Amino acid sequence: MSRRRHSDDSDAGQTHKRRRTSEPSEIEERLESLICRVGEKSNSSLESNLEGLAGVLEADLPNYKSKILRILCTVARLLPEKLTVYTTLVGLLNARNYNFGGEFVEAMIRQLKECLKVNMYNEAVHLVRFLSDLVNCHVIAAPSMVAMFENFVSVTQEEDVPQVRCDWYVFAFLSSLPWVGKELYEKKDAEMDRLLSQTESYLKRRQKIHVPMLQVWTADKPHPQEEYLDCLWSQIQKLKKDRWQERHILRPYLAFDSILCEALQHNLPPFTPPPHTEDSVYPMPRVIFRMFDYTDDPEGPVMPGSHSVERFVIEENLHCIIKSHWKERKTCAAQLLSYPGNNKIPLNYHIVEVIFAELFQLPSPPHIEVMYTTLLIELCKLQPGSLPQVLAQATEMLYMRLDTMNTTCVDRFINWFSHHLSNFQFRWSWEDWSDCLTQDLEKPKPKFVREVLEKCMRLSYHQRIIDIVPASFSVLSPANPVCIYKYGDESNRSLPGYTVALCLTIAIKNKASNDEIFSILKDVPNPNQDDDDDEGFTFNPLKIEVFVQTLLHLAAKSFSHSFSALAKFHEVFKTLAESDEGKLHVLRVVYEVWKNHPQMIAVLVDKMIRTQIVDCAAVANWIFSSELAHDFTRFYIWEILHSTIRKMNKHVLKIHKELEETKARLARQHKRRDSDDDDDDDDRSSDREDGPLEEQIERLQEKVETAQSEQKNLFLVIFQRFIMLLTEHLVRCETGGIDVFTPWYKSCIERLQQIFLQHHQIIQQYMVTLENLLFTAELDHHILAVFQQFCALQA
Amino acid sequence: AWSSRRSGAAMCSMGTLSILRSDSYADLSQYRDQHFRGTRYDQERLLRKSCTLYVGNLSFYTTEEQIHELFGKSGDIKKVIMGLDKVKKTACGFCFVEYYARGDAENAMRYINGTRLDDRIIRTDWDAGFKEGRQYGRGRSGGQVRDEYRQDYDAGRGGYGKTVQCQ
Repeated sequence: MSRRRHSDDSDAGQTHKRRRTSEPSEIEERLESLICRVGEKSNSSLESNLEGLAGVLEADLPNYKSKILRILCTVARLLPEKLTVYTTLVGLLNARNYNFGGEFVEAMIRQLKECLKVNMYNEAVHLVRFLSDLVNCHVIAAPSMVAMFENFVSVTQEEDVPQVRCDWYVFAFLSSLPWVGKELYEKKDAEMDRLLSQTESYLKRRQKIHVPMLQVWTADKPHPQEEYLDCLWSQIQKLKKDRWQERHILRPYLAFDSILCEALQHNLPPFTPPPHTEDSVYPMPRVIFRMFDYTDDPEGPVMPGSHSVERFVIEENLHCIIKSHWKERKTCAAQLLSYPGNNKIPLNYHIVEVIFAELFQLPSPPHIEVMYTTLLIELCKLQPGSLPQVLAQATEMLYMRLDTMNTTCVDRFINWFSHHLSNFQFRWSWEDWSDCLTQDLEKPKPKFVREVLEKCMRLSYHQRIIDIVPASFSVLSPANPVCIYKYGDESNRSLPGYTVALCLTIAIKNKASNDEIFSILKDVPNPNQDDDDDEGFTFNPLKIEVFVQTLLHLAAKSFSHSFSALAKFHEVFKTLAESDEGKLHVLRVVYEVWKNHPQMIAVLVDKMIRTQIVDCAAVANWIFSSELAHDFTRFYIWEILHSTIRKMNKHVLKIHKELEETKARLARQHKRRDSDDDDDDDDRSSDREDGPLEEQIERLQEKVETAQSEQKNLFLVIFQRFIMLLTEHLVRCETGGIDVFTPWYKSCIERLQQIFLQHHQIIQQYMVTLENLLFTAELDHHILAVFQQFCALQA
Repeated sequence: AWSSRRSGAAMCSMGTLSILRSDSYADLSQYRDQHFRGTRYDQERLLRKSCTLYVGNLSFYTTEEQIHELFGKSGDIKKVIMGLDKVKKTACGFCFVEYYARGDAENAMRYINGTRLDDRIIRTDWDAGFKEGRQYGRGRSGGQVRDEYRQDYDAGRGGYGKTVQCQ
């Protein structure tokens, strides 16, 4: 049976055959399709397609003007990679129908205001750029555009506003200049000079504490990781020096110059930036990721320099293409590869760089990580002769620079590379990386290889990994993921609890119940106290040890077996792990049994949290415990911790959502009752109706408060433990006179950063507590700096 | 505190474009389970809100652990149920993966479907939901139907098809 669900051929969008009626929605669909697909798969030029389309739309204006306005506004907002195509179209329409042009400009301004009101700042930038390019199409008069930019830049004079607010307005101004700088400068050079100088002085005085936290590499060589506004400023300065000559952007409107310059222009209405409010959330600052330059592809076209405006435009457009087509990987790959200018720029290099820029972006990638792996595979399929080589070159370069790569980015590199290899039979020239074999295993390069091999094993099996690497790499190969059962061997019979373990084994194999297990365990002495409790159920580490070791050993065959075991003996677990020490000890025993199989540890911890055998705080304490110190820098530990935090966050959100929904139900009930209210209302009956819902709301309020308090506590525990650990290290180094910056320290401080970055939205809520309780001025400046950098992200 | 900080795309009337709405990898396929108890409509309703995926073309040797690792890349997995030969009760090359959230299953359809596991291109499809008994192959010999009649030799799926083997 065919499971094909997307055709490989080029549908124009009408995949379903329907009777052509003239229903409004059908017409809107047709108009939308005509507009969105203009120029696609046509034998005529783009310009002639645009001219044709302008004619069709002009004829449709009397009947469908508002639909056309809506579609064009949406296209301006959502298809920025085709900006100049649609500004040209609007220009042609304006030339034929001045009123329509005016209405379009008004609609755009309304849309811009709406976007700013609801914090859609990325889309607002596209609208501003669209408006500015309309100056080139003679739709908007240059002086009025300059006036809008003057209002934008004057935001930098506002007092008591977050820096990220001023940043956005400056960015919206500067990032439009590649398109319209020339025209604006020609018409209003004095005003533009003033604007640029105001911008420069703002850029000089703005703080950049956040930058180190967002850089992928801590080193400046070979490519500095620049703050995004600094980079853009350099690019605009260079553009100005080149007298605003910009040759990369495709400008279809140039072909229509004779028509367009006959058109009457509109003035933008004066635009006041909406004021800053409590609800305003501005985009976070970024650092520009660069990994390639013109030396990397000596045989192909020259890569535009890092401060060229071409580089900016190419990167913007490629990012926009990914944003438009992230759900459709084949389309996305095809669109990326058909980016115009293929023979003038090393497109494969740009694409690979842009994809890695997103994958490594801090705090998080714009899209789910696995998307990038699959997108790169699609690109390799479409360009099998060239792209895999660029990718291999990129991998090599990333490997070479591991020493200064941010730990979070290394995580993503590990995940990407291992998953990628699993699609290509794990073929790689491992010998090229033999340099890492001579290094200390904790150093970034050997560490990276070890983690990659471990992940590769998870996607295959142990022997496969042994087979694919040279023998010399065995020191980096993962352990065989077998379970370690301390009561397994006869030689261990002197261990306390050995006989009980045997008993348990037989009982469990004979399908014993929870009660039977309890009675067997009664016989286990408690090493912690001389006389056992009457109940015998206070914290007894030996009981936990014997039970958990035995059960996990019996259920070792697969994840499903282990999950069944946890479910079957849930009661026993809950009782043994009732206290905090109990929970911690269960986790310790799980680790002892499965330390060769980190993946198993992770899924067991996940299950135990979900079935409330352990709680999130216990996991956090366990991760920072001395027993785990040896594994503290291993990737799987942090996967477990972040997964734990995410579960906590989802739990809080879920209860909050339940509360909101129940409140909404109550409100609807009131509304319904109010609408069919009689004068003689029976108050008692309506109270009775409200009663259960109100009770529910009260209970949920309590649940939310409890959950939030648990969440806050979790973060406090984690931060506290980090501070203790790091302070210990710093003090030790200081007194011993050794360098603070060991591989362990780099890893640890970046893991602390990672907590902030990966959960920044939640942590923002607890800033005051963190500042007052933990990140106080007495703290070592190394640690405090991380907190300050984090604060600077939304300052 | 929550809703006011969200980007608000849902709160205003700004629409999207149908070319950007396209999500062909996550759409329903043409396949419908012939053994499904209920109407076509029921089945499609369940498929559209399902968090469970059918995964096919697995090697007989692919383990639950490998599946968990790969499919875990699109989100937290609730359960993996290995497909078994009805007679031998051994893995017969398919499984079900259930996620907690539909969005995670959609991402698996978009980014894991059509990529490799154990060097084989695997295929995922929406499933109406696991029910006891559905973990068994429906072929006469106990494995999957596709392994009854295929003519090619596939080392990861027991060699030749069953009919060929019996010749």
